[in-house]
Amino acid sequence: MSQFAVELRDVVKRFPNPGGGEITAVNHATLQINHGEFFSLLGPSGCGKTTSLRMVAGFEWPTSGEIFIDGKPMGRTPPFLRPVNTVFQSYALFQHMTIFQNVAFGLEMEGVSREETRRRVEAALEMVQLTGMGSRKPRQLSGGQQQRVALARALVKRPAVLLLDEPLGALDLKLRKEMQLELKALQEQVGITFIYVTHDQEEALTMSDRIAVMNKGNVLQIGAPVEIYERPNCRFVADFIGETNFLFGKVKAIDPDFVIVSLHGSERELVGIPLGKFYSGQEVVVSVRPEKMRIFDDTPLKIGVTPNQPNCFPIRIINTMYIGSDTRIVIDFGGGTQLKVWEQNHLSTLDTLAYYAPGQELWVTMRPENVLILPQEE
Amino acid sequence: MSEKKPALWLRIYALLAYAYIYFPILILIIFSFNTQKINVRWEGFTLQWYKVLFNDQNVILATRNTLIIAFTSTIISTVIGTLAALALQRYRFPGYGAAESLLYVPVIIPEVVMGISLLAFFASIGLTLGLGTITLSHIAFNIPFVTLVVRARLHGFDKSIEEAAMDLGANELTTFWRVTLPTIMPGVLSGALLAFTLSLDDYVITYFTAGPGSTTLPLRIFSMVRFAVTPEVNALSTLWVLTVFIVLLIGQIAQRSQSPQQTR
Amino acid sequence: MAAETSSVSPAPRFSLIRQLRESPHAQGLALISPTLIYLLFTLVLPLLLVVVLSFMTRGPYGNIIYRVNLGNYTRLMDTLYLRILGYSLLTAALTTVGTILIGYPLAYYIARTPPRQRSVYLFLILVPFWTNFIIRIYAWIMILRTEGLLNSFLLKIGFIQAPLDILYTPTAVLIGMVYEFLPFMVLPLYTSLEKIEPAQLEAAADLGARPFMAFLRVTLPLSLPGMIAGSILVFIPAMGMFVVPDLMGGAKTILVGNLIRNQFLTARDWPFGAAASMLLLILTLIFTLFYTRRAGFGEELLV
Repeated sequence: MSQFAVELRDVVKRFPNPGGGEITAVNHATLQINHGEFFSLLGPSGCGKTTSLRMVAGFEWPTSGEIFIDGKPMGRTPPFLRPVNTVFQSYALFQHMTIFQNVAFGLEMEGVSREETRRRVEAALEMVQLTGMGSRKPRQLSGGQQQRVALARALVKRPAVLLLDEPLGALDLKLRKEMQLELKALQEQVGITFIYVTHDQEEALTMSDRIAVMNKGNVLQIGAPVEIYERPNCRFVADFIGETNFLFGKVKAIDPDFVIVSLHGSERELVGIPLGKFYSGQEVVVSVRPEKMRIFDDTPLKIGVTPNQPNCFPIRIINTMYIGSDTRIVIDFGGGTQLKVWEQNHLSTLDTLAYYAPGQELWVTMRPENVLILPQEE
Repeated sequence: MSEKKPALWLRIYALLAYAYIYFPILILIIFSFNTQKINVRWEGFTLQWYKVLFNDQNVILATRNTLIIAFTSTIISTVIGTLAALALQRYRFPGYGAAESLLYVPVIIPEVVMGISLLAFFASIGLTLGLGTITLSHIAFNIPFVTLVVRARLHGFDKSIEEAAMDLGANELTTFWRVTLPTIMPGVLSGALLAFTLSLDDYVITYFTAGPGSTTLPLRIFSMVRFAVTPEVNALSTLWVLTVFIVLLIGQIAQRSQSPQQTR
Repeated sequence: MAAETSSVSPAPRFSLIRQLRESPHAQGLALISPTLIYLLFTLVLPLLLVVVLSFMTRGPYGNIIYRVNLGNYTRLMDTLYLRILGYSLLTAALTTVGTILIGYPLAYYIARTPPRQRSVYLFLILVPFWTNFIIRIYAWIMILRTEGLLNSFLLKIGFIQAPLDILYTPTAVLIGMVYEFLPFMVLPLYTSLEKIEPAQLEAAADLGARPFMAFLRVTLPLSLPGMIAGSILVFIPAMGMFVVPDLMGGAKTILVGNLIRNQFLTARDWPFGAAASMLLLILTLIFTLFYTRRAGFGEELLV
């Protein structure tokens, strides 16, 4: 067994543009995916994630660079000779075949005996909880069931790697959440490497061991969900994963662990942690997630925070939105900057005075570890 | 459009229009059972004209010719036309636009022009007119219609089912036979049905490309009609209408059993 | 492993297969080539031959003298032939108008019936359409001829004293043509009428349009593509038609189609027939281009 289940080495894919010229769908992507890993390719539509997956499957060939599956370079190997299988976004079930025939198709192509085919197909159908559905046609099944058939059809081949192209995209939200957990459990059960393409950051965070965030053909960051969320390496990743506030400023001083940024448009200074190398005077972006700020009334001393401590500022409430679990507040941070702040509703009360009101003058604090300093991009 | 019931005047109009469409055909059928030969006046019921028809050697020969031509040209034009539909719907290649326009030509040029051009061509290369030349000509005008029908069917074709087949280990040929062809089969069949009927029905092009001994049913009916109004033609027409009706009905029922697939 | 490059994939056994697999262009060309080759021999070359023929001259025994000249075309400018041409245009135009007048309300009706009934009504339109067209002409001959159904009926009720001579007149030709081509108009009209969403008519009503205005300003313009497709499907074959005039017009009615047929089979003046064919072809091409410029051409033609 080679070191990686799948490796993309400096892969470029260009398509001819119908209007002339070329479009770069994947731009010098390098990825290493470990055996047994649940790996997600995450990004907005058109970011190159699906093209990358299709190149692993063999539906497209790289313009340059190389893809290795279990250490073997794939070159222009056609899909039917690759040890990977795909679950398609549209499921791509064969409408003219029964469920059984759909699942058995891949085994038939391998020349597996009739008896073994029957056994393996039934086991696969049982695994996705479709026992006894074998004689139905795809269109007699619900969307969720069709999804499971597509999964069984791919898994029955016991591929080295399973490729999933937004497999839950067509399902409604509730079913989707259920299937996310099921898929994750299934992956742990079969121990096969999963490469999962999605544009849904929450889905990627829920299921993945590691995530590669892509945009405009570039792989921006590869890491575990926690790293991607808590320590994004650029403004795009911070913005795409979850919600955040951006503030703009200039590096004023650099400490070994912290950086002080003086914000544009106000006298205020923020202390945060540097994600990257910085020099004094550099233009930077500051990212602070809305749930990582706290609002206090006019007595910050009560909880041991003094106005002279770092990252503690007077603010004004602009509006609040009660959404049940949270209250989402927009504050005027001064200097024309508005920030989103989310507060959990710890207390159950109908007393309107317990909630903030527009126009209230209050304080906000944020811990330096929650203030992320990112390089300003062009 | 709206689910509301159409206005009264419109319903009466439609009724009259359908009467206009069916009245002549009905007359045709009724008088095939009439004992009177010359006048269109009901005299009495008889099956004698059917007996005459079934003993008419010319009609029998013409039927045989018509069926040979229709089957041969349908099979060949369906194969060629389906390949063209696949090419036009799935690929881009040099000369794409030219190929597409060329396929429209037989659909829009007047039949008489196509007929005389084929006649002149066959004469100039020294091909004897007969069943062969008729069949060659029928294939030519059928290919575009098959292509049009199959292309329409391919329009909503989900290419990922082919990728799925390849992904599961089928090579290109197996993918085509096991997945692509069965999926587009309804379209191919309706293309074939259209080709068959067009061939069966064709008078003009057949007229120019036929030789001695290769008379087809439409040619035969034409000469019968031209000479005299005889109930034998009525009997033949009745059988023809009936056959068409049954074939179409089967087609409709088959399509209806397929339709849930289309609503996807 | 690092030294290996993309060329190390398992090489297919035949380089031809490999080339096909790797070139979508080659795949497309391979699939289209039978059609192109077939139509080259049965469409392109024959039509080119007609073009060439039209510039030749008829010899004394119906043979062809190969000397390029414009004689046939100047001969076509003779009033006799111009009259035939004008008459053909008129007949084709009247046929088209006739099918629209009869077919539009019918297509409109079918489009407004509940979806389940629609297929039945369409089926009823299709049955005569799939029935041989000479049979359909024959049915009208039975009705229209001197001792035919119409005359016997009118005589019986005393509406007329002597039988009317309808058959073998231009009117008979028109009646036959409209009946022949009606389905070609109804089906594309239906296709475009059926696509009109009820919400658009509701919007028109909501904005104050009375039903007639809504029809004029919304339904009619939206059904125009269908009407254009239908007109092409009716006008072009009507222009070249010679069977209906043959059977229903007697010797009195001669259209361009009859002229061409006669030149090829009776007069055996192929060059002149070829020139007449070219004229017909050019007229129909102009007509088609004129109409297709104004609306997309395709879906409606498919029925």
